[in-house]
Amino acid sequence: MSATTFAQHLLTGISLGGAYALIAIGYTMVYGILRLINFAHGDIFMISGYFMIFAMASFPWFIAIPVALIGTVILGVVIEKAAYKPLRSAPRMSIMISAIGVSYLLENLATYLFTAIPKAYPEIPFLKKILTFGGITTSLVTLLTPVLTVVLVVLLMQLINHTKIGMAMRAVSKDTEASRLMGIKVDNTISMTFIIGCLLAGIGAILYFTDRMTVYPYSGSLPGLKCFVAAVLGGIGSIPGAVIGGFIIGICETFLVAFGYSTFSDAFTFLLLIIILLVRPTGLFGEAATDKV
Amino acid sequence: MAENVLHVENMTMQFGGVVAVNNLSLDVNRGEIVALIGPNGAGKTTAFNMITGVYAPTNGKISFKGEVMLENHPQGKMVKNYLGENDGRYDKIIVKTPDQITNLGIARTFQNIRLFKSLTVFDNVLIARHMRSKANVFSATFCLNKKEEQENRKKTLELLRMVGLEKEKDEIASSLPYGKQRRLEIARALATEPELLLLDEPAAGMNPQETDELSEFILKIKKDFHLTVLVIEHHMELVMSISDRIYVLDFGKLIAQGTPEVIQNDPKVISAYLGVQEDE
Amino acid sequence: MNKKTRNTILNILLVALVVGLLCFFQSDTSSHSYAISIIERSVIYAVVAVAMNLLNGFTGLFSLGQAGFMAIGAYVTAILTIPVEMRDSVYYMNGIAGWLHDLHAPMVVALLIGGLFAAAAAALIGIPILRLKSDYLAIATLGFAEIIRAFLAAPMMDQITNGSYGLNNIPGFKNIFQPVALAVICIGIMVLLIISSFGRAFKAIREDDIAAEAMGINLFHHKELSFVISSFFTGIAGGMLAIYMRSIDTKTFQVMLTYNILLIVVLGGIGSVTGSVIGSFLINGGQEWLRFLDDDTFKIAGVHIPLFRPGFRMVVYSILLMVVVLFWRRGIMGTNEFSWDGLFGLFKRKKKKVSAGGES
Repeated sequence: MSATTFAQHLLTGISLGGAYALIAIGYTMVYGILRLINFAHGDIFMISGYFMIFAMASFPWFIAIPVALIGTVILGVVIEKAAYKPLRSAPRMSIMISAIGVSYLLENLATYLFTAIPKAYPEIPFLKKILTFGGITTSLVTLLTPVLTVVLVVLLMQLINHTKIGMAMRAVSKDTEASRLMGIKVDNTISMTFIIGCLLAGIGAILYFTDRMTVYPYSGSLPGLKCFVAAVLGGIGSIPGAVIGGFIIGICETFLVAFGYSTFSDAFTFLLLIIILLVRPTGLFGEAATDKV
Repeated sequence: MAENVLHVENMTMQFGGVVAVNNLSLDVNRGEIVALIGPNGAGKTTAFNMITGVYAPTNGKISFKGEVMLENHPQGKMVKNYLGENDGRYDKIIVKTPDQITNLGIARTFQNIRLFKSLTVFDNVLIARHMRSKANVFSATFCLNKKEEQENRKKTLELLRMVGLEKEKDEIASSLPYGKQRRLEIARALATEPELLLLDEPAAGMNPQETDELSEFILKIKKDFHLTVLVIEHHMELVMSISDRIYVLDFGKLIAQGTPEVIQNDPKVISAYLGVQEDE
Repeated sequence: MNKKTRNTILNILLVALVVGLLCFFQSDTSSHSYAISIIERSVIYAVVAVAMNLLNGFTGLFSLGQAGFMAIGAYVTAILTIPVEMRDSVYYMNGIAGWLHDLHAPMVVALLIGGLFAAAAAALIGIPILRLKSDYLAIATLGFAEIIRAFLAAPMMDQITNGSYGLNNIPGFKNIFQPVALAVICIGIMVLLIISSFGRAFKAIREDDIAAEAMGINLFHHKELSFVISSFFTGIAGGMLAIYMRSIDTKTFQVMLTYNILLIVVLGGIGSVTGSVIGSFLINGGQEWLRFLDDDTFKIAGVHIPLFRPGFRMVVYSILLMVVVLFWRRGIMGTNEFSWDGLFGLFKRKKKKVSAGGES
């Protein structure tokens, strides 16, 4: 493989990784605060794609993008309030089944409303602009994605570490009851977590689908699982970890496809998950927790 | 001299930078009732958890009936961070899972009752007979082990009768009042046919009358089941009335050991734990 | 007569009724094809549902890998039962592997071998996976199911599994009694396991695994046992599905399949075998009598309902799952099993309500 081809693939991988990173953050934040694997997160990402399709059909892009993002955020918050909040004191299995149920519902709803036939994702004019440099051909969106990802993550870390709401999120992650006793509005904090997670997933959806060009009801299922693996790889509960995990998985997947192993790229991600869970379950940056007997 | 049942030697437990149990040595001999007392957080339950295999000690050796059961020394990151004593004294690593230790003849109850909540009183005790069954999954499934199953059911009923829970045998475990739940947990532990019984705060939450009944109960089962008992307890009347010897733990370290009379008068123990009677 | 005699007589009557009903359907297969199809599918799903309940409901291991084990059972059964003379045409693209060409087995043997392969896969997978916490176990088993699916469809497996082209010409059941009898035997064995000492050990692990371990139950050994046995019967059910459908490919075994089974288990009641069987008949039967939901020409009292078009039934099922999880967590049976006493008790209470209402 020549240097330019390698660089080309690397760029594609980093770009895909960026989109994965944005989605993985949603998983890791929700798990950190609710100890729940939000099975529906990938499907929220998928619905976000559909929102964009309908928004672009009615509005110019600079209105459509905020509309789609707001729609995604509202969806996430509604799901949290309707499907997860009522089960906060229920056994773990129930809330997991609820998350699966939401995923099931979103996929079936999308199939019902939009049919299983892939729909074309609208082009946002400047994003698909082709650029060439140093022998590499790429589109603006591919270059923009990793940059935007890093910028958003830096902003997010600022929020988490230097604002009151960020501190509330960290507190609730550590101990929900104690936070409540300290006067933190736990429900609002949890909603905020979902808002941020879904907002990032929505942005990730725009970047991802602009590249893919079609959306269908199961668009979110596999990427969703892969992004969960990315979150575990980085250390569930750690935002920088989720980002690094996203980039690693994006790059590995791109190179696997480039070497002709596309049928195995999905299986590879799961194999990676199993290896991590066995060798280092806390991931690259996670913290271990001991149970009190 | 009575046979030594449990020999704990230089047992240390370190979590991260905290030494929860520091270099504890204790012995329990056949037929004795030995108590482990001390303020909350002193490391008593951690000691139990090490003896029963829930945690592997960071350092130290534990022998049961003369044979080494557990042994460990600091490994990995702990080599540099080890804050306890007797580092380098133990070179073997012998690890056992809790079920292996129960199979050897050590049973325990838990500080926060851990019954099988939604199962019946009868099933709670019957399950503890499973480990003593010789049937494999095929013979059990196809009912080829009828005799063994009946034996186990008979023994379960006997145990329930001995602890006075025969009438409640079909009740759901979580519906029992607190005192009865504690008795059920003890019955369940007894069903595993132990030689050494570890009781973790059996009198917790009991009033003085219930505590007296529990004292009688522990003495009775010790006799009837030929047990040796190691008990963690805060109720001093219980401890002083039934224990043969007492070990006192404070901040993970052993600060005193001896008979109840010796311990009651030990100034270190009084200042750390028992408290001084106020003169009016 | 005392209760035991009464129950025995009632059981015999029930069995006679069921057998009679099956004979009735079998006597005229063409006009009863709908009913036969529903019954066959219901019993197949009932077997998987009970197997999933054994693992999730009774042992407390939340596994989402059922579709993968069904795929193994399905493929093995299909490969062994496709008539030898048809094989070259089925494997038309890449040909069938030489050693496999004439390897044929009768239906029951093929199903058993399929189950054994699934069990073997579970035994291997269990070793690393069973010590994970519940959420991670769910995702890891889901991951393994996807890995199995990718493996079965892989180009290098073309000569064995026909890769992505799928398998067809699988001979079907000869009559309705075959699947029903198989299902009864499979579920019967699982019930025997549940009421045995090992079943109690599984429940102990579900209730409190630390206490179970302290009572001498080796956690890994018993979890592995539950996992392997559950996967064995899941594999057999997968084989039965292949025979029922007569043609399969890896798309049949996507995650959705596992979610459908989860719906059946949750609806029937996690921890109830009877519930899983009832749930299976409701959901599969529902595919027929709720068919109108997917029909965009259907009218209620002459009024055209704009909601009804393809896909609506699945949406209704999804909403049903959410409703059960949020408002009716115990499902239809909770953790209870069927008993004649229970059934009569239900009627007595209803009668009391009616008479009390009348008097006031």
